[in-house]
Amino acid sequence: MAELDEASKPLFAGLSDVSISADIPVEGEITVPVSSMSQSDEFSTLDEPVKDTILRDLKAVGKKFVHVLYPKKSSALLRDWDLWGPLLLCVTLALMLQGGSADSKDEGGPQFAEVFVILWFGSVVITLNSKLLGGTISFFQSLCVLGYCILPLTVGMVICRLVLLGGAGKVSFAIRLIVVVASFGWSTFASTAFLADSQPPNRKALVVYPIFLFYFVIGWMILTFAPSHSAGP
Amino acid sequence: MATPDDLKFQEFEEATDLLSADPGATTLSVSSTSTAPTPGDVKLDLSENEEGQGENSELLGREKQTGGFWTFEYYQSFFNVDTMQVLDRIKGSVMPLPGRNFVKHHIRSNPDLYGPFWICATLVFSVAISGNLSTFLSQGDPQYHYRPQFHRVTIAAVAVFLYAWLVPLCVWGFLTWRQGTERQTGGYTFLETVCVYGYSLFVYIPTSVLWIIPFEWLRWLLILVAMVISGSLLVITFWPAVRDDTKLTAFATVTTIVLLHALLAIGCKMYFFQTAVHTVTPAPSLAPPSSNHTGMLTSAAKSQ
Repeated sequence: MAELDEASKPLFAGLSDVSISADIPVEGEITVPVSSMSQSDEFSTLDEPVKDTILRDLKAVGKKFVHVLYPKKSSALLRDWDLWGPLLLCVTLALMLQGGSADSKDEGGPQFAEVFVILWFGSVVITLNSKLLGGTISFFQSLCVLGYCILPLTVGMVICRLVLLGGAGKVSFAIRLIVVVASFGWSTFASTAFLADSQPPNRKALVVYPIFLFYFVIGWMILTFAPSHSAGP
Repeated sequence: MATPDDLKFQEFEEATDLLSADPGATTLSVSSTSTAPTPGDVKLDLSENEEGQGENSELLGREKQTGGFWTFEYYQSFFNVDTMQVLDRIKGSVMPLPGRNFVKHHIRSNPDLYGPFWICATLVFSVAISGNLSTFLSQGDPQYHYRPQFHRVTIAAVAVFLYAWLVPLCVWGFLTWRQGTERQTGGYTFLETVCVYGYSLFVYIPTSVLWIIPFEWLRWLLILVAMVISGSLLVITFWPAVRDDTKLTAFATVTTIVLLHALLAIGCKMYFFQTAVHTVTPAPSLAPPSSNHTGMLTSAAKSQ
């Protein structure tokens, strides 16, 4: 389904070999039968107000968020991929994780650049890995899915910060642990629900394990986040 | 282009069967394109039929090098493994038996890059996370702020990946140079060397997780066990390759391999799992390791 665009080009390239007798006038329209949810708009989006454009993109992003929160085996995420959602989530997560407690710069938590690099570089590496193992998904589709499935972990991060406002004792740690474990499980489950079909069947575990590791590391970064204290006990 | 070659090959196989029964018989080649061999002299050169330029000229060892190194398919050929194969190789790396060469038995001319890469990545994170946890748990001071120490991940990554790629390069280069022009079947390709090293690092992953338990004697025991397992895997793999060399070179090579492996393990342990007692000072620099750190150094030097 996601290969419709890629398959349509060689499909119709073969028509150029068909020879038609010269004295029969050929006229008419050749239209490609597309599904009604296709993105190929006939009208130009250049003249519409900016608010409409932004709202349309935001709605698409929001729809995908809903798909991630309730993961069923649907192909909406794969078909209309975009990278706005992952960028938003990545920046939010990196901003919230920044700093951490540090008496010195070295001993603190991950900085913004480190989180950003881990998230994007990790997604690229996992995508390359699944493609090298013979996956049929395209590069950006996989990036899109991996990025969107960070949403449960971001929600977990927000909850953790709220819990930390109430104190940093053992109880809050227990709550945060439960929240992080739950959101990590949710993320991994959601991404495997979207990605599992495109992998060769006897290599599924080989593809799922790096995803597991990726979300585990992000979960660890969220769990070990401790807000910076001012000087004093 | 492969089809005429295959036909030619089959013909020679029949010819050799007949020839082995009667060595004095004259042979006639029917195909018009090939040069007719002189009667009574059948030259069977198996190594011509390989597509790749692997150093192993075994029949079963055809390397699937499709395309140049700039195509995607070239790299895909290094990931041609199934889940069961990877698990089987990991099992083989954890239980090295003296008779079974890891390369010949498990890799079987299908070296993969999946195992080494992801085992190294897992090792990096497991060492950094376990080290962080153990430092946190070993603090007696109730006022100790938890420090994520995220920079250690970078250091761990550099150390592990450098080890897993540079050392096989050196070992492979050294072995290939020592073989010189001899067509020994004992040599390994670069990828097989990387594969062996990558899978040999697997046993350090559970070891690093178990290092969280704060008993010093247990940690040293675990290091010993891990080093014995992965060291013996390396020795069993590389001993046949250097056996034919002079005794001194052979022993020196094997000792160097084991030593480097031990250095990695001990270095990881000492850097990431410091049991130094931190005093909660606002000093900006990393607290210097206490005296039992130097004690470990001397005991490590003695044990080697």
